[in-house]
Amino acid sequence: MPDAPGLELLRGEIERDHPGAVLDTSFDRGQPALIADPAQIIAVLTWLREAPAHRYRFLSSLHAADYYPAEPRFGIHYELLNRDRVERVRVKTMLGDPAVGGPGGKPRTDTPARPQASPPGQDPQPDLPQIDSCVSLFPTANFQEREVFDFFGIVFKGHPDLTRILLPDDYVGWPQRRDFPVGGEPVVFTYNERAHG
Amino acid sequence: MVEPAHGTVLTEDRTTEVMTVNIGPHHPATHGVLRLVTDLEGEMVRECRPVIGYVHTGIEKSCEDKSYWKVIPFVERMDYVSYFFQMEAYCGAVERLIGLEIPPRAKYLRTIFLELNRIHSHLVWLGTTALDLGAISMLWYCFRERDRILDLFEMAAGQRMHTRYFQVGGVIEDIPLGFEEKLRSFVADMPVRVGQYQALLDRNEVFLQRTKGVGIVDRERLLELGVTGPLLRAAGEPWDLRKAFDYLAYPEMDFKIPVGTVGDNYDRYRVRVAEMVESTRIVEQALDALPEGPHIAEDRKYVLPPRSELSTSMESLIHHFKLVTEGFRVAPGEVYYGIESPRGELGCFVLADGSAKPARVHFRDPSFVNLQSFRDMAVDTYVADMICSLGMLDPILGGVDR
Repeated sequence: MPDAPGLELLRGEIERDHPGAVLDTSFDRGQPALIADPAQIIAVLTWLREAPAHRYRFLSSLHAADYYPAEPRFGIHYELLNRDRVERVRVKTMLGDPAVGGPGGKPRTDTPARPQASPPGQDPQPDLPQIDSCVSLFPTANFQEREVFDFFGIVFKGHPDLTRILLPDDYVGWPQRRDFPVGGEPVVFTYNERAHG
Repeated sequence: MVEPAHGTVLTEDRTTEVMTVNIGPHHPATHGVLRLVTDLEGEMVRECRPVIGYVHTGIEKSCEDKSYWKVIPFVERMDYVSYFFQMEAYCGAVERLIGLEIPPRAKYLRTIFLELNRIHSHLVWLGTTALDLGAISMLWYCFRERDRILDLFEMAAGQRMHTRYFQVGGVIEDIPLGFEEKLRSFVADMPVRVGQYQALLDRNEVFLQRTKGVGIVDRERLLELGVTGPLLRAAGEPWDLRKAFDYLAYPEMDFKIPVGTVGDNYDRYRVRVAEMVESTRIVEQALDALPEGPHIAEDRKYVLPPRSELSTSMESLIHHFKLVTEGFRVAPGEVYYGIESPRGELGCFVLADGSAKPARVHFRDPSFVNLQSFRDMAVDTYVADMICSLGMLDPILGGVDR
């Protein structure tokens, strides 16, 4: 792993090619992380993958976390690995929720437990945070980006097949968000199955 | 020309018709609840899309509602064949979050149980996959040895599966009297048993024809797809997190990484069988070098005090009560911890928000990621070979769907 000064050097090198792409760094519990600008995430990942001195060519994991109620609330984590030097570095990027506050968005008064499906014919996605897909860079991200979309409702622009992967296609809501309640599913018993269809 | 009953005449050549066939989700050869939507041209697979999610139970979401120590039994049930690995990934991540060092004896005990679990997992794989290929007797032989491992688990932890043996800080109990003797007899027998499996399969004509040269995916493609574990090693890439990163007692162990050459199904079989022997060696070395001392860390802020102290020490009683009711709190932070599971890199990401419950627990499950390479293995092979490749891929759908 790059140590804390090494991480700053790495940041400096990226900044030289992509000014403003790395917003911050963090070195916590021995794990280095670059906090990247979501608009330039592909540039940062490409740089880390291709720069001759670094070549973080293996994406171990792509996952998301909801930092609610902090804003921007969604963090997407890219765990990169350089297998030659056996070094990991995490790239993290924070996305705001366009449905709440922010320019153009209206503040949400209550937290809807189960958001309703959009009417047919209407694009259901303007309310969702968006980021560029890295599937062309790391094909392994295909399933993992679908998983993040499935559970957090984060849209990966340019993903070849961004559909729900683990939940049913007709599921409504983004269950891994922190404001989605645990046990929010209606339970179908024998006596009430008719009511639920 | 055949004159069918309904009067039409079959003139066109029907051998090139592409037909979409659904396989699963309930099918013995899918090793779990996996559905495959395949486009078949005669017997050839032209396109294959795995459809998953049938056993999704929302474990990651449920974990956010439990205190840290109550999450352990949940995560064990993801990949239900390699439960010790799930526990290690999760407990290791939490230990790194709170900066808790585990005692040497716990490290060695964990190593022993992880490697026993690896053998157990590979035995289940070998038995069921050989069964797919018609070698029914392999299932009984493999499950005979698997039962001895489960007996060992039961002896140490009280349960045969989902043992909840690893705790944050170490292991719940020291190994009981008689465990070492039983383990030693297993360790002495296992290489002989593996030799017997190899005698049955290694040069078996039917097995060779079914596996040699089938399902080849080259190394670069596997790396692009993020495939790790025996699948990657079978393609000739000696990548093993046990060697690469420093965790538990692995740096002190002497073992080899078996690698294949071409990366076909036969290599995958050979790599896993060789790994069983290497795991046996690790267990034996760890048992020989097992240090004395406590089996769990002494930090009472995170670890339950011993039962005997509860009746004599007020502080122990208070800490016991607080740990059991609320659980321990973890300062905000996030950690990713990856270990080598029987199927590849098993990563656990834990986000702490300062409370006694994790704000996010995510598992990077190797079965889930490896499944992406299945299309490359299956397309343009026979249906029967697709089933063989699926077995050799060894996905555990509980881990895929979580």
